[in-house]
Amino acid sequence: MPDGAMPVLDVKDLKTVFRTRGGDIHAVNSVSFHLRPGELLGVVGESGSGKSVTMMSLLGLLPSPPAEVREGQVMLGGRDLLRIGAEEMRAVRGREVGFVFQDPMTSLNPVFTVGFQLMEPLRKHMGMNRAAARDRAVELLELVGIPDARRRLKDFPHQFSGGMRQRVMIAIALACDPKVLIADEPTTALDVTIQAQILELVKELRQKLGMAIIWITHDLGVIAGIADRVMVMYGGQVVEQGPVRELFANPAHPYTRALLKTVPKLHGTRDQKLRVIEGQPPILAAHPAACPFRARCAHAFERCARENPARRPIGAGHDVACHWDHREAAQ
Amino acid sequence: MSATQEAPGAGTAAGTEPARRKLVEVHDLKLYFPIYGGLLRRQVGNVKAVDGVSFDIYEGETLGIVGESGCGKSTCGRAVLRLYELTEGSVVIEGEDIAKLAPEKLRRKRPSMQMVFQDPQASLNPRMTVAGIIGEPLDEHTDWNRARKLERIYELMDAVGLNRDFANRYPHAFSGGQRQRIGIARALALNPRFIVCDEPIAALDVSIQAQVVNLLEELQDQFGLTYMFISHDLSMVKHIADRVAVMYLGKIIELAPVDALYAQPLHPYTEALMSAVPEPDPSMENRKDRIVLKGDVPSPSNPPKGCNFCTRCPKVMDICREIEPEYREYAPGHFAACHLLDNNTKAGPTGAARHEHNQTSIQQGEDA
Repeated sequence: MPDGAMPVLDVKDLKTVFRTRGGDIHAVNSVSFHLRPGELLGVVGESGSGKSVTMMSLLGLLPSPPAEVREGQVMLGGRDLLRIGAEEMRAVRGREVGFVFQDPMTSLNPVFTVGFQLMEPLRKHMGMNRAAARDRAVELLELVGIPDARRRLKDFPHQFSGGMRQRVMIAIALACDPKVLIADEPTTALDVTIQAQILELVKELRQKLGMAIIWITHDLGVIAGIADRVMVMYGGQVVEQGPVRELFANPAHPYTRALLKTVPKLHGTRDQKLRVIEGQPPILAAHPAACPFRARCAHAFERCARENPARRPIGAGHDVACHWDHREAAQ
Repeated sequence: MSATQEAPGAGTAAGTEPARRKLVEVHDLKLYFPIYGGLLRRQVGNVKAVDGVSFDIYEGETLGIVGESGCGKSTCGRAVLRLYELTEGSVVIEGEDIAKLAPEKLRRKRPSMQMVFQDPQASLNPRMTVAGIIGEPLDEHTDWNRARKLERIYELMDAVGLNRDFANRYPHAFSGGQRQRIGIARALALNPRFIVCDEPIAALDVSIQAQVVNLLEELQDQFGLTYMFISHDLSMVKHIADRVAVMYLGKIIELAPVDALYAQPLHPYTEALMSAVPEPDPSMENRKDRIVLKGDVPSPSNPPKGCNFCTRCPKVMDICREIEPEYREYAPGHFAACHLLDNNTKAGPTGAARHEHNQTSIQQGEDA
């Protein structure tokens, strides 16, 4: 992907807060990133790191209250998604940005047929009539590899297996030919052999359709297999970002480095003991004036408690938010 | 995939050392769940969740059980502790067949065999304090006084790395990893010899998984525990297990010492399962000849004729659709059930068929 291409999605300084009785929870903290046309951006982080909340903030999918998008700018197609009305936002969702959720059973409506749910966005957003929408729905199911598509339009979600349901979800997300597809842990609920099928499907669809994809996961293996670029999140912030090979070969943030070491490998020799990241993920109640990882960090020093590190470039397209310099330390 | 053949069984706990004692012997275990239907709610069929599995677990070892959801691995683990009544077969633990024990005798046997459940949120009573949860087995099986019980509770909390000061808190106040520690402490309360761990890390974050697995390993060394470790995570099982059994549709299709299994899987399903695991290494991803299985696991209420795997197997032959392959020992300690192995015992399924298969892998087939 040419580096100079205009990003299709550009997020700057996004801040999302949950207002609770116990005070504000700073779930997303000055998150900035961009997505180039045709690119697959992998977002990694553990639960509570803010990866899902970030993506849901973009499209106004969080219930408010308690959620509140405080600051930021989300540029898509020349306008700021945080400053458009509800009606306009509805046109963006589904039409310009497709969303695939983690659990295909709970995100499909059990009382409507798959065909109805596939045709709904086509009729609403694209203004198609029933017959045209049905033809397009058949086309979409065939695209995601569901055999006997025309007959299966009449089936309900429970008549599909887990992997098939996720294919249906992908078909719905792709229905209006979106510029951006956001997939939130789309394979986490699936078995490895089914996950492998879905990953193959996504690779194939990217070649055919060329949309840009944001892929949220906690599985570094999945990221390594499909992403062009990776963004690592921790404690509501982006702690490291870079091209996939570069990031796996030269991780710079202590969290990324530790994360890569805690995962046991399928190939190669076994370690006596697994490396661990001691401690627990942070509670994001306090205002983030310090580095969120410092309590679990092996390299934390005095400055980390005083000042939340800003992201600084360390290589081509590779940046990190950390006061500690791993290259200096290596010498 | 490395092709170096480890001497099967060598270096691992089982097989080679005759001094090792069998702690658990499972023979032809079957567990069917009845399906009722029709006007009179008569039994119309069975879900064959576990359909004739046999294996032994040696003292002090960890036997890993892997497979996809619905393959019967959790049901098998529960059946081994007789949390379900067996349909057929025997489970001998320390010389006693627990499948036939009378209720009171079974109750007295329970302290020696315990379980750690998958979801610590669902398996801890939200209205009991941590001390209450960990101490409940002591209430049930000992006549100790309060002070002695509390002392034991503190001891257990220390052992699993929980702060004693939290003894009077409720489960909701703990994180997922800490809750799993509570579940482990409860399982340890009565000094068991054998623990079934049913996906103990599946609900946890990656960085917390490693903490819990290390804890389980430390406790094993400290107390000489024997584990049956059920998981769908092949990398983690490789790390923790001494021997591994692979299940598919209610049957064990391969069982081997861990190094032998991962270096040279004999069964095509094991091979496919391993190739489906994404490796956290971008440079490996593109080189790997990935085997992508078509279709889904068939229903265990209506398993296919012949080999259970014949509907998805990339190397299926005519015989597979007719005759069920025999589960046999192909190398010392390395068991498998596949017709391919009978033709060519030495090499097992080779990579010859992989490439062509890889090309056509995407199209999903609805196999009969």
